[in-house]
Amino acid sequence: MDILRIEDLNVEIAGKKILKNIDLTVPKGEIHVLLGPNGSGKTSLIQTIMGLCSCNVVSGKIWFDGVDITDMPINERVDLGIGIAFQNPPAIRGVKLGHVVRSFLEGKGQAVGRDIKLARAVNFPIEFLDRDLNLGFSGGEIKRSEILQVLAQRPKFAILDEPDSGVDVENLEVIGKAINNFLEGRSGLIVTHLGHILNYVKTDVAHVLIGGRVACSGKSTEVLGQILKEGYKWCERCLREKGVKECKEKRRKH
Amino acid sequence: MQGKKEKALKAKKPAALGPDLDVTGFTRDVKPWRYTPTPSLPRDIIERSVNVGVRPDEKGRAGTYFQIDHSTVFSATQKMFEGKAEIMSTEEAFEKYDWMDDYWWKVVAVDADKYTALAEMEWDKGYFIRALEGQKITLPLQACLFISKDNLNQNVHNVIIAEPNSEMQIITGCTVHPNVQRGLHVGISEFFVKEGANLTFTMIHNWAQNFDVRPRSGAIIEEGATFANNYVCLKPVKSLQMYPVAYCKGTNSRARFNSILYGAENSYLDVGSKVVLQGAGSRGEVTARAIASDSAQIYSRGLLVGEHGNSKAHLECRGLLLSDSSFIHAVPELIAKAEGAELSHEAAVGKIAKDQIQYLMARGFSESEAESLIVRGFMDVSIFGLPSQLQEEIKKMVDITTVRVL
Repeated sequence: MDILRIEDLNVEIAGKKILKNIDLTVPKGEIHVLLGPNGSGKTSLIQTIMGLCSCNVVSGKIWFDGVDITDMPINERVDLGIGIAFQNPPAIRGVKLGHVVRSFLEGKGQAVGRDIKLARAVNFPIEFLDRDLNLGFSGGEIKRSEILQVLAQRPKFAILDEPDSGVDVENLEVIGKAINNFLEGRSGLIVTHLGHILNYVKTDVAHVLIGGRVACSGKSTEVLGQILKEGYKWCERCLREKGVKECKEKRRKH
Repeated sequence: MQGKKEKALKAKKPAALGPDLDVTGFTRDVKPWRYTPTPSLPRDIIERSVNVGVRPDEKGRAGTYFQIDHSTVFSATQKMFEGKAEIMSTEEAFEKYDWMDDYWWKVVAVDADKYTALAEMEWDKGYFIRALEGQKITLPLQACLFISKDNLNQNVHNVIIAEPNSEMQIITGCTVHPNVQRGLHVGISEFFVKEGANLTFTMIHNWAQNFDVRPRSGAIIEEGATFANNYVCLKPVKSLQMYPVAYCKGTNSRARFNSILYGAENSYLDVGSKVVLQGAGSRGEVTARAIASDSAQIYSRGLLVGEHGNSKAHLECRGLLLSDSSFIHAVPELIAKAEGAELSHEAAVGKIAKDQIQYLMARGFSESEAESLIVRGFMDVSIFGLPSQLQEEIKKMVDITTVRVL
């Protein structure tokens, strides 16, 4: 059974087409990777899955664990079991990181003190739990805070938007291992730019987005290896060929 | 005193800011209240005073002053603080000390406007609080100024002295009886923070919808002394205008103003804080948070004046609009009069950011829960830097307001 199924999804932001005919499926228990150059629509896609931003779904459907979530409020998607680690979360004055972490833990009846254990697991100073959300956090601290919140939530399906960007080598290993432990037996979608996190996290399938379209999907090690060797030109070519193929297909039908 | 009365008589000018009021439209006729230990006060008065941080049971307080209308109903220090701190009416202080004139109309000018003049012409006591030299008062002192009669005019004049090297926390609450709708409160407060002393003053206001309020406050901070002034106003008021000033006179003197304003219904709030840096190494900090809902109008002002080349101050003013018919005007001002004075400000006014709401929703909170968290976070009382118990008490008051409003 699929935990996430996206069918022919078209999305606009401020009247501009951002995602085009996206078909993407993540079966239960699999970890998929979303790759693509800057501006290819990776963040827009995960924001649409989450119901964030001003992403306007023009057509298509998003199914989560058999439920149509296309028009569902964000928090109800969270209740169904979707969790997200943001790439650039907003700072919120006066709302403490610990409050959010504890609200997840209390909701799951977790023991007192678990927030401190989790903070330690991602090498996060516990005094950060008393700090305002993301206020004055460094790039690396933001990543660890985001992972910490996802670990506290324990979602069925975790979306991690560039968990490795801006993180130093030492903490990359800590975060990578924490993510890998957490994702074992779960499902997820990881957005990465350079693929550093994939040295620590076992993944199954990679999808490459180019210009708001899925250019290709394949075994993650192979896709990433090819991109690292040839760059995204390889995917662009692939997409062109796909386009030509679709064109021929259409002409043949006519 | 005679010269001051004459000056006051001549001063009929309206205040520079805020709506002009006809001060003759309020009554001065009220029955006196008898001296009563605070736990024996009527239940509705007790409930109201608790809402402004004043504990009638005096638990965790070093001393109490309680004034209803024009009468002092109670004033005493707890036994363990006798000889360390004093709390009484300013009228009593005049009887006790012949030096009171040295602290009377010394920071606030008697002829500043018609309200200071009114406080001189029709003076209705007020509190005198003093920490004696070298004394660290480990518990807060509390004062309540209460109005029980509708349309009453109450003019208090308070004097607060932190003698050299003393430390003191004061919490004062001003509020009205549930039956009071209209009225005018004028409050003169003069603070003297002497060499090496540390004074934290927290004031909480809970007025009524048609009530007018004109506090006039000034502080003198001497060498190595610190003055922190916290202000909270959470309930609707017809008009409130104040612009307290702290003069950092001494070398390495410090002044900090923090305010949290919640303007609801038709409230008109014009609240500012002014720091004048006169001593070498003097420092100032102003943090203002204003929330406007319904049709509230808020002016959030701040003024830093650098008169010494080695002085530094920062002003932060943030405003949150919760409705389209409300209004916030942030007016941060900096005046540097000496080369080397470092003054800075940041101001931001706007609605609750959508990305913040969505972020919290992605953490499982509903939209209204997310809004409430953001508003409560915006009114975070930890900016006051108070002892944890007092902070917790004030936090509860703020939380009650936000829960009620949102």
